[in-house]
Amino acid sequence: MDEKIGIRKIVVPGEEILENGKPGKGVFVENGKLYSSYLGILETRAGYVNVVPLSGCYIPKKGDKVIGKVIDVAPVNWVVDIRAPYYAPLHVNDVPWHVDFGYTARYLSIGDVILAKVSNVNELGQVWITLKEQGLRKLEGGHLIEISPSKVPRVIGKGGSMIQMLKDYTGCRIYVGQNGIIWVSGPPEGIVTVIKAIRMIENEAHTYGLTDRIKAFLEEERGEGNGNEE
Amino acid sequence: MGMKSDIKLIDDNGLRIDGRLPNQLRPIKMKVGVLQRADGSAYIEWGGNRIMAAVYGPREAYPKHVQEPDKAIVRARYSMAAFSVDERKRPGPDRRSIELGKVISEALESVIFVEKYPRTSIDVYIEVLQADAGTRVAGITVAALALADAGIPMRDLIVGCAAGKVDGVVVLDLNKEEDNYGEADVPMAILPRTKEIALLQMDGDMTYEELKAAMDMTFEATQSIHKMQIEALKRKYMEVE
Repeated sequence: MDEKIGIRKIVVPGEEILENGKPGKGVFVENGKLYSSYLGILETRAGYVNVVPLSGCYIPKKGDKVIGKVIDVAPVNWVVDIRAPYYAPLHVNDVPWHVDFGYTARYLSIGDVILAKVSNVNELGQVWITLKEQGLRKLEGGHLIEISPSKVPRVIGKGGSMIQMLKDYTGCRIYVGQNGIIWVSGPPEGIVTVIKAIRMIENEAHTYGLTDRIKAFLEEERGEGNGNEE
Repeated sequence: MGMKSDIKLIDDNGLRIDGRLPNQLRPIKMKVGVLQRADGSAYIEWGGNRIMAAVYGPREAYPKHVQEPDKAIVRARYSMAAFSVDERKRPGPDRRSIELGKVISEALESVIFVEKYPRTSIDVYIEVLQADAGTRVAGITVAALALADAGIPMRDLIVGCAAGKVDGVVVLDLNKEEDNYGEADVPMAILPRTKEIALLQMDGDMTYEELKAAMDMTFEATQSIHKMQIEALKRKYMEVE
């Protein structure tokens, strides 16, 4: 990438925001003026001024699909790390299997990865997750990639364009959790390409024209792959 | 402070022993995102000071009894490396570093939106690799960068700077000799946007007028340090390969 790449406006904590609009996310008001509370990208959408943080932990929201790792097993629940400030318990009533008291380890054990949904969050930050819904399950095999949760929308792209492109070019199955954990499964070359592409998206999330550059990168990778096979 | 010596700290031209003017800062260099494993990190070179800061969290606070049900706790640990000073420093926390950890924690807590993360702790580790006076204020300055890098919401980027009195003259940003043989040292931490004071200590003695002069000098200096902080944070994202 030699040519100049457009970069979105970056703001730092406490920086005054001169754009007009209603205060949205990542912004606070003092004496009628707007200030950023994060190191992030300035964005105006539907009359609201938002600051999207460039890094930070995942804050669970009800209804989010997340990928988590089982870190503890108890008689009636599992403890799942979803990379939030708090661990999330998964109760036996929230799984699609009938689990007898004390037999939790038969179904999920420490280190297993699950695709779950946040069923509830309260003001104390306590989180409950569930597996009882279509498509939610234990993820077997595959690779995990961790990115900053604030960059998840860039990996998915507008209307899922970016993720669909990654799937089409590499033939991999990809799940993106809202908490910034990505699960990839498929042919080894495909996984390598996906990891490279995601790292690229992560590093350049604050630039313009990212989808086109990722597309060019994927074209190039595929070209190389074909050449080696012949 | 208060050590007797016949060193002349201010020469006949009014310059200090390292050639600076009374209101001149030492050269400062900052870098953000220097560590892989931490959630946020930063490094600063401030004169002879070399300080690394790392931030972890917000994460669930342990042991459980330290959790606050309505806000996050900020735990800063200030520690000096054994090789950071001329005579080997006995490693581990001592009276001085525990005190500094406490005052730095309180200064940082005043800018962080702690109420956003109940029951968690935000851990800040400040490691002084090389000390040359003014490490607490440099530590606060670099901790602010590491916190911003970790994506922690803050009201402002806190800045620290010290002033003091040497040979009867009020000077900015004391170096080691001035700190050891001078008359007073006033470290301060300031919120540059609102000009609020988050930390103010004084070692030695000064008159009221001298203290005011020292504080005014610090206020002015923090504005330029704040600009360097912003520049350091933005630089991390401007360099896209």
